[in-house]
Amino acid sequence: MVNRKLQSVAALESYRAKIAESQKNEYPVIYVCGGTPCLAKGSSAVAEAFKKEIESQGLACKIELRHKVTGCQGFCSKGPVVSFGNDIVYLEVKPEHVPEIIEKTVKNGQVIESLGYKDPQTKKRSASFQGIPFYAHQKGMILKGLREIDPFEIDDYIARGGYASLAKAFSIDPDKIIDMITESGLRGRGGGGFPAGTKWRSCRAIDSEVRYVLCNGDEGDPGAFMDRSIMEGNPHAVIEGMIVGAWAVGAHHGYAYIRDEYPLAVKVMKKAVEDATAMGLLGKNILGTGFDFDIKITRGGGAFVCGESSALMRSIEGKVGEPRAKYIRSVEKGLYDLPTVLNNVETWANVPLIINNGPQWYRETGTEGSPGTKVFSLAGKAVNTGLVEVPMGTTIRELVEKVGGGIRSGRMFKAVQTGGPSGGCIPESLADLPIDFDSLSKAGSMMGSGGIIVMDEATCMVDVAKYFISFLAEESCGKCTPCRDGLPRMKQILTDITEGRGKEGDIELLEELCDVLSYGALCGLGSSAPNPVLSTIKYFREEYEAHIRDRRCPAGVCRNLVTFHIDADACTGCTLCAKQCPQACITGERKKAHVIDQSRCIKCGVCRDVCKFDAVRVE
Amino acid sequence: MGIDIRKIDEIIERYDKSEESLLAILQDFQHTFRYVPEEGMKRVSEVLGVPESKIYGVGTFYKALSLKPVGRHTCKVCTGTACHLKGAHTLTDIIGKELGVEPGGTTKDGRFTLQTVNCVGACALAPVVMVDDEDYYEGSSPQDVLKNLRKYK
Repeated sequence: MVNRKLQSVAALESYRAKIAESQKNEYPVIYVCGGTPCLAKGSSAVAEAFKKEIESQGLACKIELRHKVTGCQGFCSKGPVVSFGNDIVYLEVKPEHVPEIIEKTVKNGQVIESLGYKDPQTKKRSASFQGIPFYAHQKGMILKGLREIDPFEIDDYIARGGYASLAKAFSIDPDKIIDMITESGLRGRGGGGFPAGTKWRSCRAIDSEVRYVLCNGDEGDPGAFMDRSIMEGNPHAVIEGMIVGAWAVGAHHGYAYIRDEYPLAVKVMKKAVEDATAMGLLGKNILGTGFDFDIKITRGGGAFVCGESSALMRSIEGKVGEPRAKYIRSVEKGLYDLPTVLNNVETWANVPLIINNGPQWYRETGTEGSPGTKVFSLAGKAVNTGLVEVPMGTTIRELVEKVGGGIRSGRMFKAVQTGGPSGGCIPESLADLPIDFDSLSKAGSMMGSGGIIVMDEATCMVDVAKYFISFLAEESCGKCTPCRDGLPRMKQILTDITEGRGKEGDIELLEELCDVLSYGALCGLGSSAPNPVLSTIKYFREEYEAHIRDRRCPAGVCRNLVTFHIDADACTGCTLCAKQCPQACITGERKKAHVIDQSRCIKCGVCRDVCKFDAVRVE
Repeated sequence: MGIDIRKIDEIIERYDKSEESLLAILQDFQHTFRYVPEEGMKRVSEVLGVPESKIYGVGTFYKALSLKPVGRHTCKVCTGTACHLKGAHTLTDIIGKELGVEPGGTTKDGRFTLQTVNCVGACALAPVVMVDDEDYYEGSSPQDVLKNLRKYK
């Protein structure tokens, strides 16, 4: 329970010591993942079962045994995840496993290997972070907090060194803080990779009484959930980073702009701001230093363009979120036309680490040009999906094959899509490319905020391009002509190609439109919109040509260009496809070859996805 | 449909009287009334001193706001990249057929509004369906999703 304001840095330290003492446990704390996918897979029931079991055994009163719900523990595809600080992690935990876990692991420190990860090749089980490839190849600088901290408890954060960087920062001259951030090489994690130190310095240099510090939590890229997870799992790290930033640039007001589609993130962040204010870590006279800073939470309105800096600021002001021309810099004229520093959630979460450990320590991880780690949301057709963090410079192949465990159903790895709608597709042939801001840009994609979508051979690259262009056409705010009119035109051409009406010259026309858009659009949404098209044309031109010239979709995705049929020799008659077919148009007797009724088939591909014998052919 | 003006004022009262509060107020209208009522927009205009035309602009710009009432429950089918690759569109078709509405539409009995949304950030569950911004369902088996939807009255 938060009950008192901390009046000084010394008071914070003694409070920390007091909580740390009270949290000392004879038994390990049980961490139950409370991330969205784990919740959907039943982690609440697991947490409830722990609570009941602890109570019924009368353990709570005799010994200090605790369980708590944390932020995302990463391994979403194997949730619900339950872990212990001491390197034990259990996957796909069900309430019925709880008594055994209490008896063996909590009371006796034994590891239950059967609840660990089963290696699909060797069939060996492991229940240790180091023994599970998904975790072993990661470096959890940012995500460590998510796995250990109860996001609703500020004390839990403070006990683990929370707000120490703030206490330290107050003893350092603001200019020196900016030097530290500059030396660390921290680059904006929201996509562009702009050096954070440079941004802060420009803002501080402007002569103004009022400055603002903003947090961009409008994570609109489809396929990205890093910022959501950080806000939901370790909100105080973001807030602490913002306060340090405010101290460095001399701002007294801040805003965190959070997507409306993330109700839990809004709730957690609001609670965190309230608690920090009650403790005297936000508000007037923070820790008795005389420095004032407050944070307001603004909910987004469901417009992708509001992730763009100038549109986001208009939206905070209560206006329509339309961007403005880029030559007006927001460090000079940002929110309410006053100097503003806007960084994204993950960038802010990096700041306390740099202040606590120093810029040199930070530079030990990652590459020369892109120091530190990057959090990615690994999604798509990889075996293991979830929230991952690796040092910058890790190759795409390492990420997909080691952390991601390769491709599902033994299919071929075809490409990865990075950077959301502003990014591009990088083919398997370039998979040894290190992931950092500069390498990805050179390859025609971009880092983006960190969504990595893994694609297999059953992914049509023209369809992917159409998907992103449709997305962007829908989300274009309509202010500038190249974007408003160019994107629907591109969408039309791509639709024609995927529906069998493509013609010679279409590819060239697309390239020309891309050219106009990248030079002519007002903001980043429009000028980066060509990336999904240009990168797929560059690396998968033959797929475009197959659609246009042969009226054929090699990946078997574009409905107008394919037919599905079942190979009678390969079909075992297991009936799985017939059960799952949404049209109920697959017939056949058990243990005999099945047949698809072509007149009713909607070519959804469900049968191919569920078939365990690779008997569904697409032509 | 009669809208309780007191409820409108109650919501406006929660916020500072500045244009900055506009989006938040309209969002609260949306949550309370399941749409942004005209009476509400007029009232906000008076209290905040923002022209009605601007409020209408904001009300129609943001996807989270709707000028027409939505159903008692919203069923959002995620069409983010991971969901797209795993058949979100087929799933939308199947749910739409069950409910008898197109995406964006509301069932005649006002029970459900079906929407497609960009990404709900739960890619590990792809293709994913979110009901009432609270409940998440993995959509790899559409028949199970339909079974779950029937629970909402």
